[in-house]
Amino acid sequence: MYTVPLPRIGTDLAWRDAAKRLIGAAIPPQDVLWDFGSEMGELFATATPLPPPSRRIKAPQSFIQMADTVVWHKDPQRFARLYAMLWRLRHETGLMQDRADQHLAKLRQMEKGVNRCKHKMKAFVRFRDLRQGGDRRSFAAWFEPTHHTVEPTAPFFARRFADMDWMIATPDVTAQFVDGNLSFHPGQPKPDLPEDGAEALWGIYFCNIFNPARVKIQAMTSEMPKKYWKNLPEAQHIHDLIAGAEAKMQKMQDAAPTIPPERAERIQKQLRQQKDDDQ
Amino acid sequence: MARMTLSDKLAILSDAARYDASCASSGTARRDSRDGKGLGSTEGSGICHAYAPDGRCISLLKILMTNFCIYDCAYCINRVSSHVQRARFSPDEVVQLTIEFYRRNYIEGLFLSSGIIRSPDATMSDMVQIAKRLREGENFRGYIHLKTIPDAAPELIEQAGFYADRLSINVELPTDNSVKAYAPEKNPVTIRKAMGDVKSRKEVAAEKSYTGKRGKRFAPAGQSTQMIVGADGSTDATILGQSTRLYGAYQLRRVYYSAFSPIPDATAQLPLIKPPLVREHRLYQADWLLRFYGFGVDEITAARPDGNLDLELDPKLAWALQNRALFPVDVNRASKDMLLRVPGFGTRTVGRILSTRKHRGLRYGDLLQMGAPVKKAQPFIIARDWTPGALTDSANLRARFAPPPQQLSLL
Ligand code: SF4
Repeated sequence: MYTVPLPRIGTDLAWRDAAKRLIGAAIPPQDVLWDFGSEMGELFATATPLPPPSRRIKAPQSFIQMADTVVWHKDPQRFARLYAMLWRLRHETGLMQDRADQHLAKLRQMEKGVNRCKHKMKAFVRFRDLRQGGDRRSFAAWFEPTHHTVEPTAPFFARRFADMDWMIATPDVTAQFVDGNLSFHPGQPKPDLPEDGAEALWGIYFCNIFNPARVKIQAMTSEMPKKYWKNLPEAQHIHDLIAGAEAKMQKMQDAAPTIPPERAERIQKQLRQQKDDDQ
Repeated sequence: MARMTLSDKLAILSDAARYDASCASSGTARRDSRDGKGLGSTEGSGICHAYAPDGRCISLLKILMTNFCIYDCAYCINRVSSHVQRARFSPDEVVQLTIEFYRRNYIEGLFLSSGIIRSPDATMSDMVQIAKRLREGENFRGYIHLKTIPDAAPELIEQAGFYADRLSINVELPTDNSVKAYAPEKNPVTIRKAMGDVKSRKEVAAEKSYTGKRGKRFAPAGQSTQMIVGADGSTDATILGQSTRLYGAYQLRRVYYSAFSPIPDATAQLPLIKPPLVREHRLYQADWLLRFYGFGVDEITAARPDGNLDLELDPKLAWALQNRALFPVDVNRASKDMLLRVPGFGTRTVGRILSTRKHRGLRYGDLLQMGAPVKKAQPFIIARDWTPGALTDSANLRARFAPPPQQLSLL
């Protein structure tokens, strides 16, 4: 029996390295225990060292890509499931194309969950200005991801916000970007971030871009589930927007058509004249 | 009148911008700022940073530069004859709002449009200046969409395309007659000419010259347009016919359909109804079928004699019910084109069917396993262990899918 410790930071590389060694030595799935972030404690800590890295191990590119994503899922079974799939792939060529295989379907579903979580993180992280002075501006955010997605998503923020320093703190892992260098640190409790005046402006925008004549709440919540609302400054307005929509709509309908303001006639006259001159 | 604050202006000028349906930020050239000398990135598909309670994606800071306008388009809140409160951003305010929102990860970029002030050229030139300052002054590498004014000078359009990812020119209404009736200062011919210009400039930009150099950058995310639905009497067949011509003639990335929605201080000319949201939704579905599923306009709009889409059923299902003789199709043998016509099957499902059936014959359960919406497809397919029998031709098949009749409520 092998117990494989997997660290919280750098999980992907650690899993891949261990899987290669185990497959190379033909260790069957039932002989492997995966221990993420030392959650299993002392009880299962065994001293059996992993087999040495052996000859080049091959796996379909589509599996490697899927594994690189699935390792970040929160399901404790993810490593075992991946390894079991890798084990089957030794003999079942074409398995990756079989969309009706139950085990593959489960892994694909987990992959989808992680991708969605990464996507939502790109969308919903909200930075606050730390107003620290200095050459580079610095910002920080608090975010609560569903899966372990900080590490695979941070490079996106590094590509996008490269001329500023930033930190994304989460209960799981914290990412920091300082002077162009990205680093990861253990998770932390929610930090006290300074108020940021831009949030009020953003709220004004959110309220006014909303069209009260087209309320579709379900369409909103399916894409922006409530679990994210507490860290989204604009979400505090949602309740009032929905509550007031009907009345606003009614007001528009009740309002009688008005007589155009005086200046309208003047401007239109000029415009017509211009057109005539042009012709 | 007291001076307006930035908050006041933002409220007025985003309120005025919400009738433009587009908020897309996809499909442009890939950029990033890894060199540390700029801000922003674009990578393939854009991101929706928030959703408003109207269910629409908020991806861009969508604002008007000003809502003063000398034109009098009946459907528009900014028309000269409306009493709406007016405001105007300074270029600096637009630039700062965009940059500060972007840095906080609220948006993918800016969608700037404007009422027409002084003249089309003066307005377009102010908008181009804003885009230029974002790109050159702030080294902004995020997404920029500029609404183009059809009558503006060609040099201005060229510059707009140089700084922006996408340009759009709204055709506004489905027919030339409607444009004349409701937007008297606008000319459908000028609008089409402007779209044609954008198309050819984009082609020039894509060509390599004899030195092997590419042309000057021009709107890498292409152009789009918008049509208002439900303000005039056009049928869905007319609307979709117009879209098909537009897609073909001007290589548009998207045609947006915007259900006419009551505006504050409306004219007596137009209906103050609830916006026809279902109709808008069906039009988008039909548009999708035309572009990616090999359907023709005639096929889609043939189901009903009045030339409108069936509001109760999605257009593919409505078509299938009219053409039952073509069904059921065998998922283990049917061609890709035919599988794409099965109600419920999207391109992804069809891709999965094709890849899996190389390995084995598909059963009903396999379809379920791969996430195909089988309930809808059931009457139209055959699998190893499934045939719909008389279901395909049963008289009450439509009733299975159509929503139950609305309950009457008390007067
Ligand atoms: S030109 Fe017409 S549609 Fe555009 S802002 Fe002016 S009134 Fe509105």
